[in-house]
Amino acid sequence: MQVTLADIKRGQQGIITDVSSIHIPLKLLEMGCLPGNLVELVQVAPFADPMYLNINGTHLAIRKETAIHILIDITNA
Amino acid sequence: MPKQINVALIGNPNTGKTSVFNALTGLNQKVGNYPGITVEKKEGVCKLPRGVKAHIIDLPGTYSLNASSLDENVVIELLLNKKDKDFPDVAVVVSDVENLKRNLLLYTQIKDLKIPTILAINMSDRMKYKGIQLDIPFLEKELHTKIALISTRKNKGIDQLKELIINFKELSTEPCVNASEVDSNYFDGLRKAFPNQLLYKLWLVISQDVNFGKTDRNEVDVINSFKTKSKADLKRLQQKETIKRYQFINNTLKIGQTIDLKSAKDLRIKLDRILTHKVWGYLIFFVILLTIFQAIYDWSSVPMDFIDSVFASLSELTKNSLPQGAFTDLIAEGIIPGLGGIVIFIPQIAFLFLFIAVLEESGYMSRVVFLMDRIMRRFGLSGKSIVPLISGTACAIPAIMATRNIESWKERLITILVTPFTTCSARLPVYLIIISLVIPEGRFIGLSYQALTLMLLYLIGFGAAIFSAWLLNKILKINSKTFFVVEMPNYKLPLFKNVALTVIEKTKSFVFGAGKIILAISIVLWFLASYGPGDEFNNAEDIVTTEYASQNLSDVELQQKIASHKLEHSFIGIAGHAIEPTIRPLGYDWKIGIALVSSFAAREVFVGTLATIYSVGSDEEETIKNRMAGEVNPITGGPLFNFASGISLLLFYAFAMQCMSTLAIVKRETNSWKWPILQLTIMTAFAYVVALIAFQVLK
Repeated sequence: MQVTLADIKRGQQGIITDVSSIHIPLKLLEMGCLPGNLVELVQVAPFADPMYLNINGTHLAIRKETAIHILIDITNA
Repeated sequence: MPKQINVALIGNPNTGKTSVFNALTGLNQKVGNYPGITVEKKEGVCKLPRGVKAHIIDLPGTYSLNASSLDENVVIELLLNKKDKDFPDVAVVVSDVENLKRNLLLYTQIKDLKIPTILAINMSDRMKYKGIQLDIPFLEKELHTKIALISTRKNKGIDQLKELIINFKELSTEPCVNASEVDSNYFDGLRKAFPNQLLYKLWLVISQDVNFGKTDRNEVDVINSFKTKSKADLKRLQQKETIKRYQFINNTLKIGQTIDLKSAKDLRIKLDRILTHKVWGYLIFFVILLTIFQAIYDWSSVPMDFIDSVFASLSELTKNSLPQGAFTDLIAEGIIPGLGGIVIFIPQIAFLFLFIAVLEESGYMSRVVFLMDRIMRRFGLSGKSIVPLISGTACAIPAIMATRNIESWKERLITILVTPFTTCSARLPVYLIIISLVIPEGRFIGLSYQALTLMLLYLIGFGAAIFSAWLLNKILKINSKTFFVVEMPNYKLPLFKNVALTVIEKTKSFVFGAGKIILAISIVLWFLASYGPGDEFNNAEDIVTTEYASQNLSDVELQQKIASHKLEHSFIGIAGHAIEPTIRPLGYDWKIGIALVSSFAAREVFVGTLATIYSVGSDEEETIKNRMAGEVNPITGGPLFNFASGISLLLFYAFAMQCMSTLAIVKRETNSWKWPILQLTIMTAFAYVVALIAFQVLK
């Protein structure tokens, strides 16, 4: 099931399928946020923003406004 | 004798790069600024075996050579400029064994610049714990380098690293990735246009928005004329390049690294479940804050009292042992108290930096930033602004220095500009004495009016900071792309050496940086208060003695009258009279005027100045208070300090920018006089208007 990264729930995992290069800072790509890499939502702050993620082994937090530009395939329900 | 080897330490943030720097240089390090910017420049000397010395420079942490902040620009500028005296003979890329994949990205970029590069894999003591195994010979072959497996925590591998540095000439400079494959036509064109230049360097100059200050301007301009691609195209190419590098890294690590997830233990998940929890997370943060406050107010009061008394007796001693005269007075009443005014802040500042260093080193700070970001964002601040705003209640100076980890210049600037509104400890003595004068005793549902007023003043300060942040966010047109990416590093037990060095270095930088200015101001103030023009000042003794001849005063009382008379006719007293018309609408007289003028250097001077003006020998607050309560307003005939003028004064102190040292720090951190001057005028004008309204409405 293809959704944006902003839609996943805590504990869910997925494979990144597409990143909108205009909206995503290069720095995030360099930290491993690239198509084909595994992503997991570790924890969310109140109102689900920011999101604490594990992308390709790197743990980082991004704002929801960034996460909506990343498409993923959920691999575990 | 071989020349000194220039070594640059480069690496991602949170890889323990600074620990490696500390391990190599020990105390032989100095921290300065890169010319023109406030980015810290850390360099040091390392003694290598066989009498060779290395000059080590610890470059700011960066995830790649594509710069997005001032700190990262520094890295690129140095690596692209062979003429720079710090240009490295050898680069040491420090990486974290648990995050090798991401760390190698930067490594492959540096290899493309054909700089001899050593890969230092840090935190190797965690390998067993995390089930990681590395095939070092294979990795060395694939990455065209030598690898030092080190652990700064267990002090392992540092000697091996030093050996590798000495033998840097044996390192291969062959790149790992052929980045030009992402658009062969384009790169072929580039190569033909600049046959003598390194292709990757050309590409970096073209794709970056770095203001290459130090590099040869002509060279950059010529290369930039080849900027035939649109910004979006360049970004797409950068993205392709990044994917290509990751492909190489993934393929290499597939063979060179095995991770047995079953034997891996993860403390992080358990801690994060509590520390970033929607309820517990905030509660724990609150408790930590309370502890820090407690430490700053309570624990530092002992050393502060001690410092105070030492300087007081030092001043006394100087007065008694040196021959009488203006020079002795200057030392005893100007310079020594001035120095004391700097040194007295050391305990608070050291404690504050101790806590901040521990919170940062342990990895907890990232969690606070994560928790607070959403709330702070509404006011144009970042989650990272919470740290300075909290430390500002102790003292704005270290708080402003603590803004350095905010990457977005706009968010950082707003934080710097609003931090002085938070109620710092120097406002406290002023608040306490005025509250006790004008706020009636009595209780409101169990809470005393006076305590409530004090709490209200803290809230007003914080409110003013948040409100002006919101306003500045609307007004300031600064184009700094604000995106928010915070790495959540692993929890680590802070290394004592790192924490200690941070505390020492930050405290030193405060004492010498702000100290010079505090010292200068206190000397100037002393002069203005000790000298005056004309007869009234110079013949004060005769005048006063004649005036009070009939009243049979004791010697002490007479001396106080003389001192008071002298002060009134000193330069600073004249200044007080001069500004009286301006401050009368706020309900103040010339004496408060003097206190206001002198407390522009530092707020806490207010009480001391009033004490001198009201010619009270002892500095017990009770006595000053009685004197102040007895002052009569010459116009109304009522008490000078009444509810209206008291509230007006409280509000003035809450908002006005009366701290030279804060202004000096703001100048240093923003590298311009524009912001401190704006801060001084706007805050003080605002304070004036609010105080004026308060007095006119309440009187």
